[in-house]
Amino acid sequence: MSIIKFLDEFTNQSMLTGRSSRREIFGALGILGKKAALAAVPLGLATMPQKTFAQDMGNDPVAALQLALTLEYLEDEFYDLALQSGVLPSGRPETVYMQISKHEQAHVDFLIAGLEGAGVTPVEKPTFDFTVGGTFDPFNENGIGQETAYAQLLALAQAFEDTGVRAYKGQAGNLLGSPFLTAALQIHAVEAMHASEIRRLRSLKGWITNKERGEGMPEATQAVYNGEENVVQGGLDVTTLGNSAAFSMEASTEAYDEPLSGDDAVAIASLFIVS
Amino acid sequence: MNKKRIRIAPISNLNHRRQFLKIGGLGVVGAGLLVACSNDDDMGGDPPVDPGNGIFDLGKGDLGVLNYAYALEQLEADFYTKVVNSFYGNISDEEMQVLTDLYYHEVNHRDFFKAAITAAVDGNTDLVLPTLEFDYGSLDFGNREMVLGTARVLEDTGVAAYNGAGKLITDPGYLLLAGKIVSVEARHASAIRSLLNPGSADFAGDDYVTTDTGLSAALDPSEILAAVGATGFIKTAFTANNLP
Repeated sequence: MSIIKFLDEFTNQSMLTGRSSRREIFGALGILGKKAALAAVPLGLATMPQKTFAQDMGNDPVAALQLALTLEYLEDEFYDLALQSGVLPSGRPETVYMQISKHEQAHVDFLIAGLEGAGVTPVEKPTFDFTVGGTFDPFNENGIGQETAYAQLLALAQAFEDTGVRAYKGQAGNLLGSPFLTAALQIHAVEAMHASEIRRLRSLKGWITNKERGEGMPEATQAVYNGEENVVQGGLDVTTLGNSAAFSMEASTEAYDEPLSGDDAVAIASLFIVS
Repeated sequence: MNKKRIRIAPISNLNHRRQFLKIGGLGVVGAGLLVACSNDDDMGGDPPVDPGNGIFDLGKGDLGVLNYAYALEQLEADFYTKVVNSFYGNISDEEMQVLTDLYYHEVNHRDFFKAAITAAVDGNTDLVLPTLEFDYGSLDFGNREMVLGTARVLEDTGVAAYNGAGKLITDPGYLLLAGKIVSVEARHASAIRSLLNPGSADFAGDDYVTTDTGLSAALDPSEILAAVGATGFIKTAFTANNLP
């Protein structure tokens, strides 16, 4: 299955019952795929149809895994290109990227094997554009300079890892009762370990405060963090559990990571997908 | 150095129904965690929560998992409370910030579970894990390596526990809650690991993430509780007769 077809299906609420609007959504993705359009669209504000994903998708482990594979393809290629770019300083940055790259490659292989083992054809690897139509130059291919390129490499890595954590979390419900749930949780936690280290490499806390994207993050990445300010957990406002600093807005938002809907995850990933 | 550590490894011979194991604390007299486990798939009926010996059982199903998580969060919260009340000497600003944040987060988690479980059982506190007592034996809170090393083990253990407990949860809301917390525990584990070995790959090291599949650990409650029990940190006895 092609990536466009998959993303189409993933965000199409009629997936399980009909195909009437597929052409329409395919058209929207086609427009999104044009570089000019991409450059003008901030992260997460892509013109994807707004759907209440969780309710519409029902329990669909395969779609959840295909989304996971799409995000892993993206991360895997990003870290490969980052390591080849010559932009990364040696020492901690290179060591960290190498370790993460190893894991993302393993996740791609693992998810492909899992899908094939279940008799499902994995989505094909998309063609990515990490410059987002020339907006970024993380690999210093267009001469933006090593320092700026490196800052963009770190910012994109943070956005991808924090997105990955939220996206896997958002799919947990779709994997409930599926044999893939535990593996997805095992990957989910590794993405969080990556996110923490990348954030700390950028001199941020390893955890997300309120919905702050953090110093130095492009405004376009705000969609990755919107919703992280939630303090109501299981119907309880955790800021009301006590008066100490442990129940401040800051601590209460840091202590819980929030999920990202499939639609929102697709919208973010789509910005980097050409075809 | 007589450093206490929780060993995370698959532990065999724990799958006998109703088998009670008294895990002796390492050098801690009277360590009281009783671990028993069941591989009984039959969730029908209502197994006794109180087996009649006055020892609290975590319970079965979602309630059992919530009480189990509450036990682990109580341990983490208590540990960091001690850490921040007597920071080791010459602690760096960065380490103080990280450990203080972890203290806040774990206290928040602990109190959340207490409130959430109490609400889930309609205030029947007989079904809510009591406040546990802890004893860290010879653990020297003035020693950076021991504090950070113990923090690493607790965070690693927390991640493996939540990863392994996910499949035991039947309510999507509780599963999401576990997901919201486990990734924060993983962020903690990464930060502590990074503090212990800066500039290395240890933040998600090959000792914890499998190199071929890129997966972090996932362990059953019996394995986690046996490992935690082996530390002797938990003084209050309880059982997990209805969790795998």
